[in-house]
Amino acid sequence: MPTKPDPAPTAAKERSATVLELDDLAVHFQLQGNVLSRLLGLKGRLVRAVDGVTLQLARGEVLGVVGESGSGKTTLGRALLGLAHTTDGSITYHSAERGRRVVSEMRGAELRGLRTDLQMVFQDPHAALNPSMTIQEAVGDPLVIHGLAKGPELKRRVEASLERVGLSPTERFLTKYPSDLSGGQKQRAVIARAIILDPEVLVADEPVSMLDMSVRAKILQLMLDLKQDLGLTYVYITHDLATAKYFCDRVAIMYLGRVVEIGPTEEIFANPRHPYTKALLAAIPEPDPEKMVPRNLPRGEIPDAAEPPLGCSFHPRCPEAVRGCGWESRDLRALVEEHWTRADAAYQEEQQVLGDLGRLDSPSTTATLGSGGGPAVREVLERIRAEDPQEPLWTGVTSIEETGTGVAVSFEPAEPPELRRAGGVDVACVLYPE
Amino acid sequence: MASVMSRAGSGIRSFFATIWNTKGLARYMFWAGLVITLVFVVCALFAPWVAPYGFDQTAAHGVDFPKLGPYDSTHLLGTNDQFFDIESRMIWGARTAIEVVLLSVILAGLVGVPLGLLSGFVGGWVDRILVFLMDAMYAFPSLLLAIVFSFLLKGKIGSGILAAALSLTAIYIPQYFRVVRNTTVSAREATYVEAARAIGAPPLTIMRKYLFSNVVQSVPVLATLNAADALGTLAALGFLGLGIQPTQASEWGYDLSRAIDDAQGGNWLPAFWPGLMIVLLITALTLVGEGLNETINPALRRRRLKPVMFGPRVPADVVGTGPSGGTGGTFDNAAADMEGGRP
Amino acid sequence: MSELRDAGAPVIEGPVLEARDLRVWYGTDRGPVRAVDGVSFTLRRGEILGLVGESGCGKSTLGRGLIGLLPDGGARDGELRFQGRDLLRLSGREQRALRGTDLAMIFQEPLTRLNPLMRISEHFEETLHVHEPGLDKREVEQRALAVLRVMGIPPTRYRAYPHEFSGGMRQRLMIALALVLRPAFVVADEPTTALDVLVEAQIIRILHDLRTEFDTSLLLITHNLGIIAEACDRVAVMYAGEIVEIGDAKEVFSRPRHPYTRELLRSTISLSTTGLNYIDGAPPDLVEPPTGCHFHPRCPDAMAICATDHPVDRDHGDGHRAACWAADVAEGLTLDEAQREPLKREEISVADEA
Repeated sequence: MPTKPDPAPTAAKERSATVLELDDLAVHFQLQGNVLSRLLGLKGRLVRAVDGVTLQLARGEVLGVVGESGSGKTTLGRALLGLAHTTDGSITYHSAERGRRVVSEMRGAELRGLRTDLQMVFQDPHAALNPSMTIQEAVGDPLVIHGLAKGPELKRRVEASLERVGLSPTERFLTKYPSDLSGGQKQRAVIARAIILDPEVLVADEPVSMLDMSVRAKILQLMLDLKQDLGLTYVYITHDLATAKYFCDRVAIMYLGRVVEIGPTEEIFANPRHPYTKALLAAIPEPDPEKMVPRNLPRGEIPDAAEPPLGCSFHPRCPEAVRGCGWESRDLRALVEEHWTRADAAYQEEQQVLGDLGRLDSPSTTATLGSGGGPAVREVLERIRAEDPQEPLWTGVTSIEETGTGVAVSFEPAEPPELRRAGGVDVACVLYPE
Repeated sequence: MASVMSRAGSGIRSFFATIWNTKGLARYMFWAGLVITLVFVVCALFAPWVAPYGFDQTAAHGVDFPKLGPYDSTHLLGTNDQFFDIESRMIWGARTAIEVVLLSVILAGLVGVPLGLLSGFVGGWVDRILVFLMDAMYAFPSLLLAIVFSFLLKGKIGSGILAAALSLTAIYIPQYFRVVRNTTVSAREATYVEAARAIGAPPLTIMRKYLFSNVVQSVPVLATLNAADALGTLAALGFLGLGIQPTQASEWGYDLSRAIDDAQGGNWLPAFWPGLMIVLLITALTLVGEGLNETINPALRRRRLKPVMFGPRVPADVVGTGPSGGTGGTFDNAAADMEGGRP
Repeated sequence: MSELRDAGAPVIEGPVLEARDLRVWYGTDRGPVRAVDGVSFTLRRGEILGLVGESGCGKSTLGRGLIGLLPDGGARDGELRFQGRDLLRLSGREQRALRGTDLAMIFQEPLTRLNPLMRISEHFEETLHVHEPGLDKREVEQRALAVLRVMGIPPTRYRAYPHEFSGGMRQRLMIALALVLRPAFVVADEPTTALDVLVEAQIIRILHDLRTEFDTSLLLITHNLGIIAEACDRVAVMYAGEIVEIGDAKEVFSRPRHPYTRELLRSTISLSTTGLNYIDGAPPDLVEPPTGCHFHPRCPDAMAICATDHPVDRDHGDGHRAACWAADVAEGLTLDEAQREPLKREEISVADEA
């Protein structure tokens, strides 16, 4: 994978060009089950929030991690700081002063010490500040915690940090509580707290999405200025491609815990390759009445990360899906239900024939359905197929065999696609084989 | 340390400001309760000066007090069957009540709040064990628990004020524990706690600096309501003869139980006064507690909104009556439409 | 889907909704908050009007005020004609009867508005029974399924519970519930803010298509100018309790007359953004708004007159109205030298930013 040449000339000499390195990183969570399963001591479902992410962060660059909610982008950011435990794979931090350190193996005090180098800015600045701490206490607390300053020195450094983020005159803010500040000011205070330890890497999790549009640009400008002045490296986590385009050097598009496309910002935006990236770009409503969002956008929503689709996890929504995407039983259910939202008259009768669709819910490449006898079920399926013969699901069907009460539909199994080189970027999609 | 002080200072300031600004019934409840409570507190503080006699004094100036004497100039409320001056017993009783209640509430808070904080923050098996223990204690009837503890403590430290306070403390620890633990469990998930972790705060710092000040806000209400309850339990212990002994301090519940027999014989005043004291102070403390609750709890707090008075509507054709006067200029293009301007 | 149109209803000529000098204030200790202060606009049948502005400019209060859902201590004044009747002169009972059947609201967070213990079918039964008591279960189901189908929700999910739906599906459900009674006017308050981009696009598409299916007039409140451009016929820009500019969406976006509209457009970060712009300062306190034009302390074009005289709401052609002295001057208004003097702006520091 290519990394951008180091844009900070002073840093180039003895430091390593890569500051953070993720190798096949996985973060899984055990969900708590319902009341009954908890009483019985059963384990809840396993959510693969981040599932096999490999990437490098070059010193001085801004890497955008873009995805919808549920894509695992926030978990990825938390894992970088060790706030979420790594299940598998590794995170390596190449410190400018202390050399190579493996974040994913650190625990306790060692991990806390790492926070002088890696810092975080949160989405909701109001929630990120302790309501009962003044700005002076909040911004200075990192120094107190790490025992780096106290007394007049502490105050001096807090004031310097506040001035740096534009909260001046500082005496107007030092004694204020978060509730006295506006959204933009609070986010500035959060940034002041993050930079007071002079970190190398700043993970910014949607830093402007909760702010009013009139101040978003200001906060982004501030972050760009800080990057320039302090030689920071950013991981910019967002769902907003428009700010990512302006702000980032490189962009990684995440979907259901995996990176589906990664590359230089210009290339990704000028020439999106993954159908998901294309859809995201097309879906942004532009403040220009001449440009309309196209109608053929992906259907549905991001699926449950506890049971991701088989094959490529985007295939059920993909407008460009083809044969090898990994079609399965749940796709058949979605297709039948979609058919019923159109076919009003046939619904009652067809529902009798197909019976309970609940059996299709457990992911499998063999779908058994129907209660009205094999030929009748096959006829309904043929009718649905005739409605839209172009539907790519049918290309993935290897056989439809009649069983006693219905049919068994077999699909061609497929593996999730790997990230592969395509043009100037890396894409995980069957449409881009090597 | 200075920062802790300033935080506490500001917290207290805003706390009192909220109380001062509350409107309606909550405000009257709070102030009525507070005034009555303060009267008792003054009596308690200055008992040696306010009370005409000592609480176990049976004679003055060489004259023995009468038994069950009527009220007169030397004994404003009369004397009881133990030859004690009732007025003095009531005033000294206030001191006992406030000492015991304060001590027990403070001790219960000192134990219950940190335990709740720890349990809620650490979670896991520590939480499970503590919750189990506290729930077991909570499940006991409070009076029964107090009786058991006062028996247990009798051998160790006798049956004075400290013993009574300690046995009451045991009752109230679980309440503080539960309240603080539950708020901690929800506050633990707050972003500012995550942010504290992100700046490298160790667990103790997170509990002390980030959680404590945000989870203790419900404690003042609980403490006042518990104080009212503790007073009742203290009186009940005294009534049963298991509380503070008459020679150690004056206690209303004990006096009440002594006076019951006489009340049946027709002389009800010696029973009336301690009864009244107990009812008054419990009511006052409850009023303060409920008033505080409505003030602090945003779900219950009702701001009184002033009704909106709209000014007269300005006719649509009158425009631009500001200091510079006129319509502020004229259009060259007379066709330009004008509608609905206002000053 | 013409079956969904209310064929029996008389075709109403003229605007569905007409507000004249509408005010919605609410009381505080410091005096009334002038959240909506003299707003006039009309909404035609089947039209989508976008309402845009920063937070704290009175957008939501206006939306709720039109439906009659006032904040605590709130009061309305002025004139609000719905299909010819002045809503402000109706009794509380008459207003409640209109709400739901003819006036409906779609909220930002759908989950909080759905009862988690009730099936979707029960939600529809309840809604229809309250407002149209004569319907039997079969008719209710038919009506509900017809609306759900338009929203793209399969009939198999009719007996599911709210928690079984995803965020976007819940918002569709809310829209379906609001539309099953065929209201003539719907307020949608930030209906897509909690949703992801792709789902947002789906919902906007549904809202945009409402008029062809239901003949509904829609007031779409949003802070996202892109959504306005995408879905709305006309747009109203709100600042400090007033509509400062209103007109055809294409016209307003291509030729904004009010500096606030222009600056809002400039500060929006879109895919075509090449430089960062922003509006200094924050919306004013609505208890004591600035004198003259409320926007003058933040306005880059402010003149002396802007600080003293409230601008006149003028029509700049084709119903494109704006209240701005600078726009008037550009159109040929003559002001004397002193009035045109550029306003010396006080330094707006971060201390006052939004």
